[in-house]
Amino acid sequence: MAQVRLEKLVKTYPKDSGGVVTIVKGIDLTIEDHEFLVMVGPSGCGKSTTLRMIAGLEEVNGGEIYIGDRVVNEVPPKDRDIAMVFQNYALYPHMTVYRNMAFGLELRKMPKAEIDKRVREAATILGLSDEMLERKPKALSGGQRQRVALGRAIVRNPKVFLFDEPLSNLDAKMRVQMRTEIVRLHARLNSTMIYVTHDQVEAMTMGDRIAVMKDGYIQQVADPLTLYSRPANMFVAGFIGSPPMNLIEGTLEARGDVLTFIEKAGTTGNPRITLPLEANMAAVVKSYVGKKIFLGIRPEDIEESDAGTGVLFKAKVDVSEPMGAETLIYLKSASHTLVARAKGHRIHTPDEEIQLVIDMKSAHIFDGETEESLTADLKA
Amino acid sequence: MKREVQLFFKHCGMIVFVVAMILPFLWMAGTSFKPHSEVERASLVPDSPQPQNYAVVLKKAPDAFTGKFLDLDFGRWYLNSVLIAGWVTALQVMTSCMAAYAFSRINWPGRDKVFLLYLGTMMIPGLVLMLPNYQIMVSLHLVNTYSGLILPAAFSAFGTFLMRQFMGGISKSYDEAAFIDGATHLQLFLEVILPLVRPGMVSLVILSFMGNYQSFFWPLVMVKDDYLRTIPVGLLSFSGQYGQQTELLMAATLMSVAPLIILFIVMQKQLVEGIQLGGVKG
Repeated sequence: MAQVRLEKLVKTYPKDSGGVVTIVKGIDLTIEDHEFLVMVGPSGCGKSTTLRMIAGLEEVNGGEIYIGDRVVNEVPPKDRDIAMVFQNYALYPHMTVYRNMAFGLELRKMPKAEIDKRVREAATILGLSDEMLERKPKALSGGQRQRVALGRAIVRNPKVFLFDEPLSNLDAKMRVQMRTEIVRLHARLNSTMIYVTHDQVEAMTMGDRIAVMKDGYIQQVADPLTLYSRPANMFVAGFIGSPPMNLIEGTLEARGDVLTFIEKAGTTGNPRITLPLEANMAAVVKSYVGKKIFLGIRPEDIEESDAGTGVLFKAKVDVSEPMGAETLIYLKSASHTLVARAKGHRIHTPDEEIQLVIDMKSAHIFDGETEESLTADLKA
Repeated sequence: MKREVQLFFKHCGMIVFVVAMILPFLWMAGTSFKPHSEVERASLVPDSPQPQNYAVVLKKAPDAFTGKFLDLDFGRWYLNSVLIAGWVTALQVMTSCMAAYAFSRINWPGRDKVFLLYLGTMMIPGLVLMLPNYQIMVSLHLVNTYSGLILPAAFSAFGTFLMRQFMGGISKSYDEAAFIDGATHLQLFLEVILPLVRPGMVSLVILSFMGNYQSFFWPLVMVKDDYLRTIPVGLLSFSGQYGQQTELLMAATLMSVAPLIILFIVMQKQLVEGIQLGGVKG
């Protein structure tokens, strides 16, 4: 196994009109030996491009890629000791499952007995029967094909596994099942794995650490819980978590000794959210009085209650979505739509005014211009 | 009721069309079994079938009309046609597939412009190229040789175009998976791409063989000796020397088209499939 290190990695593509467009803008990232790192972000953020540069499928236009101690920028894919699992499986349709898994080993002129041993071991790990090994990919389901693609990677015993959105083509149920299998595989093989996905649920449930990307930059790299509870900026805050964090634009006002957040004015006619800050939070953001800021609060930190250890406020119900074990209540304030997560089944009618309580210890404040978090250090 | 009447007339029309298309072949087949005395008769079926007409054409029996063996080597021409068409087909498939791979799966500067240029050569009529090609064969001392008949036809812009269309429809992720597996371009080409474009290759084999088997002008220009002649050229001299013996000419003609008919009947499904797939994947 090996560490993978990216130093000031850049990827550009030429434009038809001349000049270049930069997709990956000088990122630095270290994936430790044996680590499962997930790269997550919206479409076009550069995560797949970065993965493909690590694989050697894309030319590097700046910076360096290290696998172990070796710079691999000019090393062809077959010599980097990596294996890749593709979104569309990329199983050779004219070969049997056995041959698909054995192909890479045959090209490396491994003895037949060794090839057979590795293929059958991988098949056992992945629950592929002997009969399945003789089938062609078209005779397999999506989940089985993805297992074969995993098997093709496993038999190579590579230093690094690369996954390029491998579960995107599966249905929701199969995706959950395969997620667990991949995590189990990582625990069993203890190998370095780099996993790319646009699904933040996959990222949160699978990764040791997550690198959140946007517009070619890495926004934050941290373990899932840290990303969730201490997002570095508004993008990370809004991207991680489902439903996403409520981000309310407003300003700070000093009302006596208390620094108070006041939502920006709107046109709905509903009352503006007004929330006094905790003392420790106020100490950090006192220089922002009168300036534009954003207050972030997760849906589970807004409760429907007329009592409790938080700040009370009222809002009108827009819609409510019963999910069974909980209800998502969409609320209309003066200029925002917020989401509150309430336990159990709650029935509300549109425009019904309800009382809510916010746990301000869980709130976040973001700079209105830079969108950076001002209170991340308080959440340790 | 109206629909059934329409269907009836449609079928009648199609039957008339089919009969009109098949009738010359049926007459040719029937005449090839007739004795010389019955040739002028319009009947499709001979009164006294004479299958030994075929043996006469192949110089296995003397001609009943003249009492002599034929002075022409039809069997040799047959062999030449099959041999030359076979070689040209094999070479065309090989060169077209390799060129199509380079044009569709390898990125290199000017690739698309070069391909358009190559494709542009299809606009030039073959007869226009005949003289310069002949000059080149003279310089290479390949006139009146098998190589002179085979080599100029070994490269086909159409074949490259056809195979490129098929290869263009194959996902690039197979290439990427193969490169990561450790394949070189040649291994990727042989082990992954070629098996996936088999329908296209079959189409090219059929079209190339049929086209080259019937090639007339180039063998006419290139070949001086009788033993190198192909069937289309040979039939010309057959017609000149024994043209009045229509029954022998029909026997020779039917034998010459037999491989094509058999090839088409056997490969019809793949040919249609190949043309359709090529169209969809394009």
